[in-house]
Amino acid sequence: MDFPILSLLTFLPLVGVAFILMIRGDSETVARNSRRTAMFVSSFTFILSFYMLLLFDPKEAGFQFVEKIEWFDALNISYHMGIDGISLFFVMLSTFLTPICVLASWKAVTKRVKEYMIAFLALETFMIGTFCALDAVLFYVFFEGVLLPMFIIIGVWGGPRRVYSAFKFFLYTLLGSVLMLVALLALYLQTGTSDMVTLMENPVARDMQMWLWLAFFASFAVKMPMWPVHTWLPDAHVEAPTAGSVILAGVLLKMGGYGFLRFSLPMFPEATEFFTPMVMWLSVIAIIYTSLVALVQEDMKKLIAYSSVAHMGYVTLGIFTATTQGVEGGIFQMISHGVISAALFLCVGVVYDRLHTREIARYGGLVKNMPKYATIFMILMLGSVGLPGTSGFVGEFLTLLGAFQVDTVIAALATTGVILGAAYMLVLYRRVVFGEQKNKDAAEMTDVDKREFIIFVPLVLMVIWLGVAPSYVMDRVAPAANKLLVNYYAAIGSEMPSNEPIKVELKKHTAKKADDHGDHH
Amino acid sequence: MELWAVFPPLFGFLMAFLFGKQMGDKGAQLVTCAGIITAAFVSCMLFVEVIYGNDGHGDPRTVHLMTWMASGAFAIDWSLRVDQLSVVMMCVVNIVSACVHVYSVGYMSHDKCKARFMAYLSLFTFAMLMLVTADNLLQLFFGWEGVGVASYLLIGFWNHKDSANAAAIKAFVVNRVGDFGLALGVFAAFVLFGTVQFDAMFALAPEKANEVISFLGIDIHAITLVALLLFMGAMGKSAQLGLHTWLPDAMEGPTPVSALIHAATMVTAGVFLVARMSPVFEYAPDALLAVTLVGAATAFVAATIGMTQFDIKRVIAYSTMSQLGYMFFALGVGAYPAAIFHLMTHAFFKALLFLGAGSVIHAMSDEQDMRKMGGIWKMIPTTYVLMWIGSLALAGVPFFAGFYSKDIILEAAYADHTWFGVLAYYMGIAAAIMTAFYSTRLLFMTFHGKPRAEKKVMDHVHESPSVMLTPLMILGVGAVFSGWFFYEKFVGHHPMWGDSIRGMDAIDAAHHVPYWVKKLPIAAGTLGLVLGWVFYLRYTSLPGKFVKAFKPVHTLLFNKWFFDELYTALFVKPSFALGKLSWASDRNIVDGLGPDGVAKASRGVGRILSRFQSGYVFQYAFVMMIGLIAIVSWFYFKMTNGQG
Repeated sequence: MDFPILSLLTFLPLVGVAFILMIRGDSETVARNSRRTAMFVSSFTFILSFYMLLLFDPKEAGFQFVEKIEWFDALNISYHMGIDGISLFFVMLSTFLTPICVLASWKAVTKRVKEYMIAFLALETFMIGTFCALDAVLFYVFFEGVLLPMFIIIGVWGGPRRVYSAFKFFLYTLLGSVLMLVALLALYLQTGTSDMVTLMENPVARDMQMWLWLAFFASFAVKMPMWPVHTWLPDAHVEAPTAGSVILAGVLLKMGGYGFLRFSLPMFPEATEFFTPMVMWLSVIAIIYTSLVALVQEDMKKLIAYSSVAHMGYVTLGIFTATTQGVEGGIFQMISHGVISAALFLCVGVVYDRLHTREIARYGGLVKNMPKYATIFMILMLGSVGLPGTSGFVGEFLTLLGAFQVDTVIAALATTGVILGAAYMLVLYRRVVFGEQKNKDAAEMTDVDKREFIIFVPLVLMVIWLGVAPSYVMDRVAPAANKLLVNYYAAIGSEMPSNEPIKVELKKHTAKKADDHGDHH
Repeated sequence: MELWAVFPPLFGFLMAFLFGKQMGDKGAQLVTCAGIITAAFVSCMLFVEVIYGNDGHGDPRTVHLMTWMASGAFAIDWSLRVDQLSVVMMCVVNIVSACVHVYSVGYMSHDKCKARFMAYLSLFTFAMLMLVTADNLLQLFFGWEGVGVASYLLIGFWNHKDSANAAAIKAFVVNRVGDFGLALGVFAAFVLFGTVQFDAMFALAPEKANEVISFLGIDIHAITLVALLLFMGAMGKSAQLGLHTWLPDAMEGPTPVSALIHAATMVTAGVFLVARMSPVFEYAPDALLAVTLVGAATAFVAATIGMTQFDIKRVIAYSTMSQLGYMFFALGVGAYPAAIFHLMTHAFFKALLFLGAGSVIHAMSDEQDMRKMGGIWKMIPTTYVLMWIGSLALAGVPFFAGFYSKDIILEAAYADHTWFGVLAYYMGIAAAIMTAFYSTRLLFMTFHGKPRAEKKVMDHVHESPSVMLTPLMILGVGAVFSGWFFYEKFVGHHPMWGDSIRGMDAIDAAHHVPYWVKKLPIAAGTLGLVLGWVFYLRYTSLPGKFVKAFKPVHTLLFNKWFFDELYTALFVKPSFALGKLSWASDRNIVDGLGPDGVAKASRGVGRILSRFQSGYVFQYAFVMMIGLIAIVSWFYFKMTNGQG
């Protein structure tokens, strides 16, 4: 690739940061200009990423747009970037959500606007970098870098208990990361390279894999978050400003799942096979346990945060089934959840901006004074419930289908999450949007304004488009996911299950047979 | 042309939903009604083509639309499968829906949100059409959940009422319990067949007939497992005993909704599913046994409850449940065409009854309690006559539609000659007596006797406008004639089904049962009618005495066999309790041992840290940057040392 599009994408937001730093004038002007600059830069980044999406070759299973420059020459560490079908849509998700976040903070954030926008643009750089990096050291720098702006966003612009939450978030994630760092170190010392592509192609010895797998798992499980290391998430969400929650739920959680796909499965296949039952059971516990917890929440953001943990449970479940449907479903579920949960947090943000409370009981009957809001919320709620025709269904269904092929007990238990998920979301919606208008101040709130409407339109359209025609995404994910699985099964020395071409062949034959049969009568 | 039978309702929905305000109520009503009437006409034309086309051999077709999802071997298309079975369903859905759309223009004339109501009705119709034209189990699932959502939206249409909201959520969640089974059924079908496309599954069914699958640690006959799991979904949607508790509550919705969704179309989706999958169910005799027993039990239990209720809509709701039970035991004994035949006739007369009840409720200023009605038949004669037609069809009185379809079901059950078939026959006969009884009870309590309503209400009683009565008359024609007109085509000696469903031999057998088996249903119906007349018109003190004499039985029936109480105690309360418990453990155990415990231990560190919270962003950033640099440089030096 001649044109370093990935580097450009990654560092473009930092250029925006530089521009914002240069803004001078009275505080009013600074705030206005920082907003505009951030909006312009993040939109431009999104357009650029869209261009990249058009250039992306959907049939190619390997990495594309690869850039490789020697970095620490003597150490064999390089600046190595590239994306494949697995990372492509996470990059898109990051660039898609950042301008939405900037727009969502337009009026909600009034103090230290300049710094806020800087934090968000820096965050975007780190997010995109994480998904593009193909060198473990580079990956680590980006992966950890994300923590800084997020920590600041929660700690400075958060709610009353922001300091507790910010530290809880930071320490939890850092604890996992330190273990990952040690593992990276060990991996490097063992193999002499930090190049992820090389590491994927040459897995280390089985004993070593076990320890490394566990260390990486610590980091990714916290990020995901998996049960029982999920408790930082509800706190972080509750205290974070709306846009912070959006990025947290929309992109940051996906780094865990991405890590499993990039490190655990390809680099430590034998260990993955060994630990699979544990991960699957943890996922099932997460789905049922956090769904039940969500059922009794009184705080809107906490409820959605717990539902995120449950939805991420489907992701880990799917990925570790090591079936085509499970892995593709897991990836799709992450993308879908990135859109839906981001939009749901924005929904909470809309009413929070007006009434400054997240307590469910303080609302009610909003459908009367906020009909547009009620409609938007309804569609997103149904997406979260996993209604067929919305994006939520595709991921959920495929991961469960994958799980059923591996273990019916786990699949049956996980499928109960579908019932519980419907229960808690419908109850939330009923208490907030339906019913009598018991609270006067809630009844006087105004409907979504033009700016808010513009924020929601692309999100709602995405939810429906991904639900009706997920094949656009899945066609691009499939080659990379297939390659991952082929290598995985080759490494653990067993045969890969479901085989695509034979099934299609079979279908055509039987259809023909049925026709012949009909003609004879 | 197939597209024109399915997509106009979607267009109507989108227009009325998105631009309802701009178009105004009239515009929204016009666009949705136009959409559905177009679809109804086109589906009738398709009916002629598909059934009579190809020189009378039938001309089924499948229209491919686009790919939905493809993940490895799991490849799913959006398509419209229009064969004999689905074209029948399309006609039923579209015609009843068109009637209900037009009727709603009159019925909802006092409501504020007309556009929204019409939009939801069209959305429902579209989802139902996608369900019946599905070419694979997943598109069927799409329609299945789609009608569930439309039903949720419409039950809770009056969303300021708490009871309506509760009923809507109950309907959705109980249906989700069924869908849990349906989803597992789709998974199992995929594991077994490697595809969920109908033709491919049907072709593979014979060779998979002896396969065994391990489910929840138990080895079980694979096709039986698939069939039972799918049937669980059918039980939820079609309100079969065990998963039926949502249907009576669903009567909270406006009456046209009850007619369309909870009587004529959506609740029959379960029957359709089993009939559609009949080539697979044929290889699962044990599953068919379960279907028969559940169906027969539902027919019986629902009828017993129906005799004791006082809410006019709930009586009809239990009657619907009972009739669905008939359809299921017909499926269970392999008489799939008979079930679909009853589905079709039932759609007409039950929609008629519901809309007629709506007309009564409309006349009585929204009163639904039959104890507060009576003596109004002269005031609303057209409605009265139409309600009689519906009731006679329901009771299975000869030459009305229900007579033909119920008879063939009972005959097929008897002709099955298995213990459960015969059992279903007798339970069906018992239910038939009760059906006739509660039908006449409903008529006499509502229309005859002394007026029991307040004077203000009585003064206001009026016949409904023609926009409501015209659809009723169309349905009335169906309730009278659809039985004998379609008997030969549906369940005669040369039925029209082609390859679309199985079960012709069961129908053949049904034509050769003893004379008394054929006549007993008529006797049962007559007995029920006479009893109803005696109890509720001739000697009106009898019901009270009866209730006293059989107090425990009546308590059981009046409280609907205590299913709701049982489920609340078994599932609802424990779920919330578990939720609270888990949450408590989240805060105390997980956090207590984890982060908070650690934090307590390192409070000293925290104090030092708190000094850094000066509030300046750059200080935070600076500290974090130093941290990161420290980590990276440590890493760097470690590397160099490792190398050296």
